[in-house]
Parts: sequence; structure tokens; C-alpha cells
Amino acid sequence: MATSSKAADGLQSIPALLHRNGRQFANKPAYREKEYGIWQTWTWADTEKEIEALALGLLNLGVNEGDFIAIVGRNRPYFYWSMVAAQCVGAVPVPVYQDSAAEEMAYVLDHCGARFAIVEDQEQVDKIIEIQERLNQFEQMIYVDPRGLRKYDHHKLHEFSRVQDQGRAARDEFSKDLASRREKLDYDSTCVMLYTSGTTGKPKGVVLSNRNIIEASKSSSEFDNLTGDEEVLAYLPMAWVGDFIFSIGQAYWCGFCVNCPEGAETMHMNLREIGPTYYFAPPRVFETQLTNVMIRMEDASRFKQWLFEKFMAHARKVGPAILDGQSVGAWDRLKYKLGDLLIYGPLKDTLGFGRVRVGYTAGEAIGPEIFEFYRALGINLKQLYGQTEASVFITLQPDGEVYNDTVGVNAPGVELRIAENGEVFYRSAGVFEEYYKNPESTASTKDPEGWVATGDAGFIDEATGHLRIIDRAKDVGQMAGGQMFAPKYVENKLKFYPNILEAVVFGNQRDECAAFINIDLNAVGNWAERNNIGYASYQELAGHDRVLETIKGHVEEVNRSLADDPMLAHCQVHRFIVLHKELDADDGEMTRTRKVRRGVISEKFEDLLGALYDGSEEIFTTTEVTYEDGRKGSISATLKVVPAQVVKTSAPEKVAAE
Amino acid sequence: MLDTTEGYTTEDGRKIGGVVMEMKNITLRFGGVVAIKDISFDIREGEIRAIIGPNGAGKSSMLNVISGFYHPQEGEVWYKGEKRPVMKPYQVARQGIARTFQNIALFEGMTVLDNVMTGRIRQMKAGLFAQSIWKGKAEQEETENREFVEKIIDFLEIQHIRKTPVGRLPYGLKKRVELARALAAEPSILLLDEPMAGMNVEEKEDMSRFVLDVNDEFGTTTVLIEHDMGVVMDLSDRVVVMDYGQKIGDGTPDEVRNNQAVIDAYLGVSHD
Repeated sequence: MATSSKAADGLQSIPALLHRNGRQFANKPAYREKEYGIWQTWTWADTEKEIEALALGLLNLGVNEGDFIAIVGRNRPYFYWSMVAAQCVGAVPVPVYQDSAAEEMAYVLDHCGARFAIVEDQEQVDKIIEIQERLNQFEQMIYVDPRGLRKYDHHKLHEFSRVQDQGRAARDEFSKDLASRREKLDYDSTCVMLYTSGTTGKPKGVVLSNRNIIEASKSSSEFDNLTGDEEVLAYLPMAWVGDFIFSIGQAYWCGFCVNCPEGAETMHMNLREIGPTYYFAPPRVFETQLTNVMIRMEDASRFKQWLFEKFMAHARKVGPAILDGQSVGAWDRLKYKLGDLLIYGPLKDTLGFGRVRVGYTAGEAIGPEIFEFYRALGINLKQLYGQTEASVFITLQPDGEVYNDTVGVNAPGVELRIAENGEVFYRSAGVFEEYYKNPESTASTKDPEGWVATGDAGFIDEATGHLRIIDRAKDVGQMAGGQMFAPKYVENKLKFYPNILEAVVFGNQRDECAAFINIDLNAVGNWAERNNIGYASYQELAGHDRVLETIKGHVEEVNRSLADDPMLAHCQVHRFIVLHKELDADDGEMTRTRKVRRGVISEKFEDLLGALYDGSEEIFTTTEVTYEDGRKGSISATLKVVPAQVVKTSAPEKVAAE
Repeated sequence: MLDTTEGYTTEDGRKIGGVVMEMKNITLRFGGVVAIKDISFDIREGEIRAIIGPNGAGKSSMLNVISGFYHPQEGEVWYKGEKRPVMKPYQVARQGIARTFQNIALFEGMTVLDNVMTGRIRQMKAGLFAQSIWKGKAEQEETENREFVEKIIDFLEIQHIRKTPVGRLPYGLKKRVELARALAAEPSILLLDEPMAGMNVEEKEDMSRFVLDVNDEFGTTTVLIEHDMGVVMDLSDRVVVMDYGQKIGDGTPDEVRNNQAVIDAYLGVSHD
């Protein structure tokens, strides 16, 4: 293998890796996409030809070196090709979240000054046309799906396949230019620019060089022994750094196959069909799948329920140990084998995890119970800790050393440092170049020696030597009594209950903690159906007395478990409100990657927050909501403030005495 | 008035061709009840033609005359340049006119895919024996037809329910499946009987988009009956207005909207 200081064989860019794969793995599948009910395959040789045709087409349209090309669409081979084709002509691909509202998209396109955009369909074309007048540098658009676009003015609008055709036709004219532009690419040239979703403030454009992406991909592939035979399912937003690393960085480095689902709604079916060997999902996906399993088990016959519970209990006991290769008694092993035959195997197959060799979750802390459920089934699910600014990898859990409360050891080539205030810093070859057009933020995040502040508070666990993350550094606060307030920790405990989709805990500088809670419409709706409870809307169900009673039960259970932890006993939730609407990225309450924006939420629901602390029993409120197409509306409701029992502990006195 | 011999160009630039079907002085009676009284109009290639009118105006009867299911007592139907004779039901099916129904008529126990495949029956020519052993021509035919059906499934965005039994689907999706089945027959005229009835706003918007896209993509001549005036005015190129079995208006949406007889029929008129 090449040494990490300098990429040998001139493999200093993604286009160079493509060229290598086009030879070395010529007939191996590089991309698959399910279309018209059938998995269509492109080999690496096909891929190289497709990308070349597109790159020539882009030259034909007049793309200059250094131009930014926005890429807006769901995971399809065409968009992955677009990114690499953009690189081939010396331009910088900027993938954008395809569900962004026109306003958000306008900000990103204007900020990077994109001259071109490659988009999926009429929806995206319409969105960009709507904001086009505000974008000074914007010139032309390429679309993949021609449906409904026939009547549009095609002066500045081109169909993807036509651009490729024109590129092929103009090969003689442009191939020299293309070759010379491709040769200029090296480790320092920009590979991609990704906008961070940002829990606070405007998105920032993170510039990642070829060095960042290739080094990070290489070392992480070696860490998990990824080979050219892996199968991955590309379903996470293309604008997210993880997808770029998994579906482009590692895929091009190792030469494995990226499978694109038919559509967002068929993702779970397609997951089963492909049976990926390497899989990544944010905790939410695992939560949703677990919730679905539990809902379906509730509807199963008594006997099946009994069987499921019996074997799952056994799996929880010995499954993780067997997975880690620890010694487990022969009888327990036999019983686990039987369980695998009857329950675990079929369940894994249903979930699409039958072949997973390496699975990761990251982005948010995963509930320990959820994490253990999957590991108990024998799925090698691990956690990693990363950031866009690090080209993903900061720490990873090695096989056989998986703990649910840590995020693992330094990824190869990453140095870690914990500052005095507990904030985690890192330095590696993957560290980003800069925030585009934002030197102040660059300087405040990355120091001259290359150390980057993560914004997370954490410590190295002494027993294991692994990093443990407590919370966002800025979210960790103090309660009025001086004790540590770690909202995320409590929220994660609450979110383990299938009925609770989202929770936001307050308590900074206050005497007591209180929470906003979102119910999970799937789980609670299913429960309502079984109990003959009629409801017409989310709002009505969320306000139902019996739902509030159930949620209260969950909160009190969490309080009891918190009471056992001397560090966090004072974070028990004294009262809560079940919100009348789901927290939504369209309303700015969450990021596109579904992290809660505390600031926005406490401002927007100021009246409710007040009611949590002023002793009101209920409160009438009106909230503005944004529909998918950008229109606004409002909903109003009278919400109850529900008190929850807390367990008295002696912890506060102890802290006070210190 | 529109030129009725040559084609015309719509506001959004689509070219509409010559007359595909012409109704000449149609009168339809059920015993003593006159459902349709001396109505004449034409349908042109590639256009979206709406038939509107208050309840009981005779719209659905008109649709049944167009499809050849009802035979009018008086008048003539000219289809593709020929006068249409009285037909048997299988001949009706073979003439290339597909329809959806006001109350959904799908095979509830069958999957979406199988339901849509039934729309291809006209294209299946292999004999019973070949079909049952599924060799040679039968296999090839099914593969070709499946390919066609998959394009429609993709077009109407129902991939995720491909293998779901229709009985388990919500109403809005069933309507879409019905449209898919009608399209699978590659109709030269597509008849839609109240495609938006009972839908919520979002479903209506989706359905409108599909009707327009079908017309745009395949150039399918579409005749639709619809209650929702907003939908009709937005979608159609020309509108026939019926009231008590009679035609009271015919023209572009704008012309119809300003027609006094139409306004009276819809808003009522005082008789003093």
C-alpha cells in the first residue's frame, strides 16, 4: 500500500482513481440503480466513459477551471458522475440538499457563485428558476429527468443525456483540453465543497482538497479492511460529507460498488435486495427500523411474541459477546444458534442486514438499548465520531472493542487533544482547507498548527482508552444550583421510547429541567388504532389524555434511571409539554440532518417555554408552519403542561458541599 | 371561435391535431328519459377536452357514448374518419379507448403490478397453451409488456407499491393505479371520469400534474369529466358544458367562463 505522506502512482485526485479503476476493475460493477423494476449496472469501464462524455459536454458548455457547479438531486449514478466530471474539468462540485427550500438554496448558490447547476427534475428546475434573478453569476442548468420540462425555454437549460451526446460529438475538439485540465489536478486542488447544515447561523462552505478526501478514505478503508467487493447502498443526502466519503472517496479508493435505490420510499425494499456488506445509517434510521419491528411484533400472534421475547432476551445476554469473539458457554452458543435460525437470521434478512460486515452509525448519540439490539442480533454495528471539517473520521470503534457509551479510538493518522474546558480538538490529513469566503470562522475553528475545535465536550475514558462525548460544548450548561446540565444525554434516554420521536430538554441556569416532546406518529398511531382511539390529526393525537399519560410514564421511567446516576440525577424532567407539531427542518427547528436547533426552538416557542416554568396548567399557542412548497400557514392549539414525578436524591447536597 | 378543420396551437405552445372523434347530433334515451339531447362536438388529437355540467347533466352518459358502451338512438359517432357501427363489448375494448371510473374498479386482491398488467391484455396474443407453459412467444410477450408497464409505474411514481395488493392502498393511490392501468393499454383516447373526486388538495395537485404530464409525454388525447371547476379550467384546452342533457357551451376555458348560459346553469338564474 502507498505511504500516507504522498500518494504513490500519481493517484492524487478522484479522476485519477477513476482512471485506475477503469483499467484495474474494468468489468466490475461500479454503480447500480434500480429503474423500471430492474437493477441496471454500470461497470467501472462504463463509468469512466459516461463521466468522460459528461466532462466533454461541460467543456462544450463553457465550464471554466475554478467554477462552482451545484449538484441537486437524490442519490443517482448521474449525480455521482456529475461530481467527478466537474472535477475532471477543474471545476468544484457543490452538492446541495435536494429538499432545501428555495431560500436556502439561494443562499448556497449565491455564496459560492455557482455558474452551473446539475439537477434532477422539474421540481428542482422550478426552484432554481424562481431564485435565478437573485443569482448574479448563475448561467446554465442541466437536468436529468426530462419529464414536464419539454415546454420550458431551453436556451439555458440542457438535458443531461444531450450534454453527454454533444460532449461525445465534440471529443476531437475538447479532448486535449480535458486531458490537460485533468493532469493539473493534484493533492492540493479542491475536491469538493460541502455546506455544513449548521445548528446555529448560516451554512458554511467547507472546502475539502483531494488530499483530505483520499487520505481519509484510504486510512479508514484500511482500518476496516474494506475491499473492492463491498456493496453499499447510497441513500443518505449527497450534500452530506458521509455520503461523499462512502460513495465516492472510499468507493473510488477501493473500487467497490455503489447501489442507488429506486426512490426514497423504496429504500428499505432495495436494502433487502442488495444486502449491503458495508452500511452506514444515522441513529434515526436504526430507531425507525426498531420501532417498526416492535410495532409489527405487537400485531403478531401470542406464540410468536413469546418466541421473539425469549430469544431476544438471550441475544441481549450473549449476542454482543459472541460478536466480539469473547468466550461464551457451549450451551449459550447452541441456544444462540437456534435463535439465529428461528429469529435473528430472518429478522436480519427482513431488515436488509443479512450480509453486513461493517456497519456504522454516527451523527448523533445512539440510544444504548437501540445499539445493543442490533449488536445482539449479530450485526457488527459500530460507532464513529466525525465532522465535515475532518472529512468525516475523527474516531472509530475497532472490531471487538465496541462500547455503547464511547465513540472509539483515534482514526489512523488522527491526533486528539482535550482542552482544559473539556472541548475535543483533532488534527489529521483530513482536516479541511478553509471555510469558503469566511476567514474569521476558519481562524476561530482551525489554529495555525492545524488543530481543529470540534465544539463537542468529551474525555478519554480511562478504562478503555476510547473517546467519550458528553454533549455539544455550548449545550452543556449549568443549572442554577451549579450542577452540570447535559440535555442531549436526557433527550437520548427519552428518545429510546418508540412513542417519543424527538425531545428537547431545558434547564440551563434554571432550578429544574423541563422538556418539549414530539410523539412518533407511527408508533402512537398504531397504538391508537389498536385501542380504538379515533383522531383526525397529529395535533389531536398529540393532545390526547391517554397519550399524555403514556408519555408521562416514559418520562418518569427516565427520571428513575437518571436518579441512579450521581452526575445527572438533578437533570430529571419535572414537567413537559407534548408539542402540537412535529419539529421540522422546513420551519428551521432542525437542521437538514435532523439535529435540533435549541436556539430557534426556545425563541419560537417562547410562550410554551414560559409556561413550563411559571406554573401554568395549560397554554394556548399559535405557531407558524411552512409547507413543503414554501407557503406559510399557522396552527393553534391549547397544550397541557404535564407534571412528572421525580425521584428525590441526595446528589444536590453533595455537589453543594464540594 | 376556433378553427375546427385544421389543428390549433394552445396558449402554452402545444400543437393540437385534426379531429379524432366527432359526435354528430347525439340523442340518448333511457325509456322516456332523455339523457342526452341533440349534442354535437368534436375531440381533437392531443388535446385535453373537458365535459362539465351540474349533477345529472348527462356527463357520464356522454362518456359512455364516447367509449361505445351506450349506443345513442339518434346521431352518429365518427371515430378516426369512420362512422362507428354498433359494437359488441370486446370490439369496444379493442378500439383503443381506455378509461377510469368514477368509483374505482380495480382488482382489490391483486397487486398493483398485476392490475396494471391487465391493461396490456390487448397486446397479449399468445395462445392459452403457450401462456400456461410460459415458453417462447408467451414469455417474450410478457417481458415486453412488463417493460412497458414498468415505464408507466415509474412515470406515475408508484414504484414503492408495485407489489402491494390494491385493497390495502389509500384512495388517492388507487386512483393513480387506475390511471396507470388505463395508460398501459396505450390508448389513443383516454377517458377520465371524475379523476379528482374525493381527493384532498395535495392529491388533486398530484393528479393534475400527472394528467398534464401524460398529455405532454405521450401526446394522449384526454377527455375528462370533473366537478372541480378550478381543475377543469386549469387543465383543459377546450370545454363542453352540459345541462339537462343539452349542450349549453363549447370553447376554451375563458370563453366558457364568460358564457351567460353557463353562468346561469352554475349559479342559477332568477325567473322573475
